[in-house]
Amino acid sequence: MSGPIKNTDPDTILSAVVEERGKVGQALHDRLASSLYSTAADIAGRTVQAGASSAARRDIAIDRILTSSIYGFPLMGLGLIAILWMTIRGANYPSAILFDALFWVHDRLEELFQFCGAPWWLTGFVVNGVYRGLAWVVAVMLPPMAIFFPIFTFLEDIGYLPRIAFNLDRVFRWAGAHGKQALTMGMGFGCNAAGVVACRIIDSPRERLIAILTNNFMLCNGRWPTIIMLSSIFVAAAFPPMWAGVVATASVATVTMLGVLVTFLVSRVLSKTVLKGEPSHFILELPPFRKPNLLRIIYRSIMDRTIFVLGRACITAAPAGGLIWLLGNISIHGQTLAQVLIDFLNPAGHLLGLDGVILLAYIIAIPANEIVVPTMIMAYSSGSQISDIANLTELSALLRANGWSLNTALCMMLFSLLHYPCATTSWTIYRETGSWRWTIFANMLTLGIAVIACLVVNGVGRLVVS
Amino acid sequence: MSSCSDCVLKCEAASTFTTLGAKKKTQTAHEYLVALVGNPNTGKSTVFNELTGLHQHTGNWPGKTVARAEGFFKAHGQHFRIVDLPGTYSLLANSVDEEIARDFVLFSKPQCTIVVCDSTMLERNLQLVLQVIEITDRVVVCLNLLDEANRKGISIDAGILATELGVPVIATTARSGNGLSELVDCVYKVCSGALVPKPLHRPLDSSIEPSVVKLSGLIQAEFPQLHCSRWIALRLLEGDARIEKAMCDGTLGRLAVSEIV
Repeated sequence: MSGPIKNTDPDTILSAVVEERGKVGQALHDRLASSLYSTAADIAGRTVQAGASSAARRDIAIDRILTSSIYGFPLMGLGLIAILWMTIRGANYPSAILFDALFWVHDRLEELFQFCGAPWWLTGFVVNGVYRGLAWVVAVMLPPMAIFFPIFTFLEDIGYLPRIAFNLDRVFRWAGAHGKQALTMGMGFGCNAAGVVACRIIDSPRERLIAILTNNFMLCNGRWPTIIMLSSIFVAAAFPPMWAGVVATASVATVTMLGVLVTFLVSRVLSKTVLKGEPSHFILELPPFRKPNLLRIIYRSIMDRTIFVLGRACITAAPAGGLIWLLGNISIHGQTLAQVLIDFLNPAGHLLGLDGVILLAYIIAIPANEIVVPTMIMAYSSGSQISDIANLTELSALLRANGWSLNTALCMMLFSLLHYPCATTSWTIYRETGSWRWTIFANMLTLGIAVIACLVVNGVGRLVVS
Repeated sequence: MSSCSDCVLKCEAASTFTTLGAKKKTQTAHEYLVALVGNPNTGKSTVFNELTGLHQHTGNWPGKTVARAEGFFKAHGQHFRIVDLPGTYSLLANSVDEEIARDFVLFSKPQCTIVVCDSTMLERNLQLVLQVIEITDRVVVCLNLLDEANRKGISIDAGILATELGVPVIATTARSGNGLSELVDCVYKVCSGALVPKPLHRPLDSSIEPSVVKLSGLIQAEFPQLHCSRWIALRLLEGDARIEKAMCDGTLGRLAVSEIV
């Protein structure tokens, strides 16, 4: 410190403060606040002219319906189904085109490598491994994300998210959690890591932890394609073709709502046991409906969300593709490494209604859920030379040839919905909680629930069949 | 005070600013620090994105800015570092967000603090403006969401508002970029000292005023360069533990001294 500072010192000031406190009287804080409010009201009164406005009345009328106790919930359900239907139907066609294009490139790459005289293992690792993994992820993920994210961003910009939070507030109070958790769950629909970061908006540490630990039950975009694919192939196939789209949508919506239900139940159990406490009060402002800028929504949802998430998926898909190729082509005692691992995992897999390949895929896909299905399919088809599973019929045939049934699909959907968070989300949970214990707890909790759910469904499923 | 109402009229000579993103491209000897505060969901992040060219997540729900974001822009040959703070209704440090915003304005001493207001709900937004001008003189009020206010049939006289508050007021519609050049000009003037706002000193109850005058006199004597002695006196009277600690451990002292430099 420099400069001549003397005169009084902090202690003198503090004793003066104590003395003056006696003079200013009671409830100073409240009186200051009310003087603040009245000054603000005075100034606003002199500067603002509010005309009669139909727009404001219209907003109120819309809100009466969106947040009504009768229509609120059905409208949310309908909205969810509409979004899913648009995503599923809209993604079908571009997905098929992307598939064809990317696997056409795959074949040309293979020819190029052979033309250059590359050894078989190099062609295999780079083209059949790394490239095929990447092509799968792009073809499976890009179209649904390019449809889902803009719709979600649209709802976010127009101001619907806080209305959802308002509607769900009662349920959260029942669960002993915070109403703002609805917003963090909404973010989790896009990406659980983003959802966990969004939990910072919850002030109470207890309720924030509940929100962080349960965010995983919101299907993230890495898992949407899995659920959509399984719903289309196995659930919808049990119905006449004209109903396929509707049934697939209903199936995906059911899984999504099951995730919401599990979130409420687990939140309630947590708030009655390890995270005991009363829900705190909060005020959530319902923002005005704002007309979104469509171009900006498309630009932002593609640049900030789609490309970002796809980029991350590709970064994990490339090494995973290479790894699965290596596992399928390195042999010990006449058996490939993949076969050894799959045989080892098979008993546990069968107990859960799954199989060794699925479990292996979930282990390889710890860095990112996006690569579960590509890994699984590469493992199933690694022995044979099936590389072009361009449509659902062929995919369905491949899975059924490997012993899949409706029961397998149901168990895998449950496992996908409930199982442990991906590595990015786990790391985010650690960063946000600052505790390895809570991070491990989050993983154990979700894995435990997934295992129990699969055991039960598999058990019941077998009873019904036999 | 006249300088402020002038600003509303004069700033229309629009200049352009250059967005510089998250990092400065070149090392500059001098840069201005600008803080963005405001109620939740008033468009702070939109203003931030427009000025810096960054893509901080924006969305129509309160509380989505969970961490402060920093970016840079250039105008009038000067580099500006701008910090997007979480939205708050007040600076009473009731919550973590309010504490972050208040501490930044108080302790990081931005050369200019932009208070982004929702024009459709000016009265409630003014409550925050009044609190910010108690802490710092260097304030520019950004009357944002003007398009929405117009749609709702609300009109605001920015000139009268500037005179009432004693700080410049710029009307903007940030998401279409309207008024941002004027905002930047005004921020530059406040930062460089070309424009010195003389904020309104809110009159207090006759039972409080003498005590505040006496205490702020003592604080002024101890920390002669501190601008917000009145605000600190009020916080001390209220028993704000954080401010008390800042005074005793010398944080306030350092604040006062570095202000001379």
